[in-house]
Amino acid sequence: MINWSNFVSQLINGLALGALLALISSGLTIIYGTLGVLNLAHGAMFMLGGYAGFVAYQATGSFLVAVAAGSVALLVLGIVMERVIIRHFYGRPHEDQILVTFGLSIVMVEAVRFFFGSESRLVPAPQIMSGVTSLGVMIYPTYRLALVGIVAVALLALYFVLYRTRLGMIVRAGIEDPVMVDSLGINVYRVFMVVFGIGAMAAGFAGIVNAPVVSLTPEVGEAILVQTFVVVVIGGVGSFPGAVLGGLIAGEIISITSMINPGYAYVMLFAAMTLVLMLRPHGLLGTPGRE
Amino acid sequence: MSENDSNGARGGRRDFIRAGLGVAGGLVLPGFASRALAADQPPIGTWPAGASGNSVFIGIAVPRTGTYAVQGEDELKGWQLAVEHLNSGHPLMKQISPKTKKGVLGKEVKIGVADSAAKPNNAVQAEQGFITENKAILMTGSTSSAVAVALNKLAQREKVLYVTGISGSNDTTGKDCVRYGFRQCFYGQTAAAAIGPVIVKAYGKNKKAAYLTPDYTYGHTVTKSMQDYLASAGWTTVTNQVAPLGAPDYSSYLLNVANSGADVLINVNWGHDAVLSTQQAQRFGILDKMKLVIPYQIPFLAPEVGNNLTAGVYAATDFWWTLQDQYPLAKMFVQEFEKKFGYKPEWGANNAYMSFALWAEAVENAGTFYPPDVIKSFEAGRKIQSTVGEVYFRKEDHQLVRPVFIVQGKKQSEMKGKEDFWNVLETVPGAGLMQKPDAFGCNLGDYT
Repeated sequence: MINWSNFVSQLINGLALGALLALISSGLTIIYGTLGVLNLAHGAMFMLGGYAGFVAYQATGSFLVAVAAGSVALLVLGIVMERVIIRHFYGRPHEDQILVTFGLSIVMVEAVRFFFGSESRLVPAPQIMSGVTSLGVMIYPTYRLALVGIVAVALLALYFVLYRTRLGMIVRAGIEDPVMVDSLGINVYRVFMVVFGIGAMAAGFAGIVNAPVVSLTPEVGEAILVQTFVVVVIGGVGSFPGAVLGGLIAGEIISITSMINPGYAYVMLFAAMTLVLMLRPHGLLGTPGRE
Repeated sequence: MSENDSNGARGGRRDFIRAGLGVAGGLVLPGFASRALAADQPPIGTWPAGASGNSVFIGIAVPRTGTYAVQGEDELKGWQLAVEHLNSGHPLMKQISPKTKKGVLGKEVKIGVADSAAKPNNAVQAEQGFITENKAILMTGSTSSAVAVALNKLAQREKVLYVTGISGSNDTTGKDCVRYGFRQCFYGQTAAAAIGPVIVKAYGKNKKAAYLTPDYTYGHTVTKSMQDYLASAGWTTVTNQVAPLGAPDYSSYLLNVANSGADVLINVNWGHDAVLSTQQAQRFGILDKMKLVIPYQIPFLAPEVGNNLTAGVYAATDFWWTLQDQYPLAKMFVQEFEKKFGYKPEWGANNAYMSFALWAEAVENAGTFYPPDVIKSFEAGRKIQSTVGEVYFRKEDHQLVRPVFIVQGKKQSEMKGKEDFWNVLETVPGAGLMQKPDAFGCNLGDYT
């Protein structure tokens, strides 16, 4: 349905969709860029963040507590996963990493299904952000608008950690040359643990702030995982700014294509990824030669 | 006479005597005639191997994960209860299948369950395994018409009977019908014919409708049937938003709906897709401006989205538990189901239970598991007592002729219990409602 008001509506919706994709993708790309680990459990971690927040919300009725719980729970889980399992796979082929993280995702999804069932669970938006807001050409759910701001703040915080702190400096150096960082006497493996924790926390945070938008089900992370990988490829593997740019581009592609023909929304997303891979194999903001 | 006996040694004199006895017995007991005929048939499908022991096996491919997982689990419970009732010779089962004693033809019924995730490929692979390894004598499953169509084709190819689970597509017993497949839930066309007059009466003529359609056979055929019916009342389609199964977000589709100027939103989505799209429609303010219609009622939609979203909404359904006030067998079924599983059954569970009961009835009347004879038994047009009154299968398309119920969502103040979500408004008899058997190009194919 092509008309001016729908175009503007879809542009704004694409921004909201893209912001969320950027947040989830940033966690994935940080982990891959630093540790070289293809984390197929990222979607399941996104889902777990939602459920951890849901449990906290049921207990307290507070959305803020739910957000904190979803983030902290995944930070802790990420650190435990890294210490117990992931660290043994740093030097292993990507196929092994894919298999182990895929296995972990199955365990997480089925564990949630065992305890919560397949019925959808809802975490309502806070009262102040519920309802709809009139934007002139359209009315739009207030929480989705607020989500753009929430995600922007979270991405800025991640940017600050990665680009304005000593830890961030080590992480970025680790992305470029882990051997050199190690030889400078820095305990790279401790940094790796923290990085995996931060990446997991980003997924958990995204999972719980996204919960009022979609109902939680054990499979909520599956579809988003595929989109997230596309975002990372478009933006550039291992690039944090690339994840943000890729997320926004993906959101707009899905939304604008839906205006013309919804059936082609995801086709166009993959077409864009293919185009990027052909013209710029390392992604829009990726570095050539980085693995 | 067991299936084993029917494959015994043959000789001229023995054959003569057996044929003579068969004819004589067949005049007295119709079931014996079938067995006598079946005994002379070459093996077909999993027969006689699958029926030669003390038990028979049914392969179930049902979604236990994915967007239809909740509905699949409910269906599975219906099948489990049916098997329990068949093996114990429960009075409810005997009311539907009067010749049932214990088991089916005296054989214990066993089941194997696989997760189809509502994907045709998964379902076909699982059922193929059940056929090869377990000699399944019957298949069931679906909760997605795409799966039902795929299993129809497998059933016809392998010559193993298939009773459809949840499947509302016109294709299932229409253009993709098969001799070896039987369906009891109604066509999308039948749903449209039943609910169409109700919504035209409620909302008037010459309205503008927006559709949310899942992108597979069920969605396309139900939307088409609704559009066709409503066009006769001057309704127009202002937008049809086709989304893939399991879409993670409906915002883009809903913005198109919000900008369409529609009066009514007809949500054809199913399972979790229906839950998510309905919830998001409300968050986009769409349900404040447009009336919501659900052509084919979705089990567990009301408890999942909350009755504030389903209050006043019209839907067509196969079964709702308050039908126990109208039908004695429905009352027995609801009581037995609730006793075992702790909640009131949705229509998927009822459909599943009845599918096994109707199969048992057909087999008992055939007196054999020999598939062509069981098919002919299904096709005989016997009137069968069910949980929704008297029903029968049409021999031309293997579709059950049964009533359709129009329900309307209750407000909180109208609910008499926590599961009292829908009010049964109307019972529409199936016979006058259904289109002609060849309307969707059904060609059943061969018996052997």
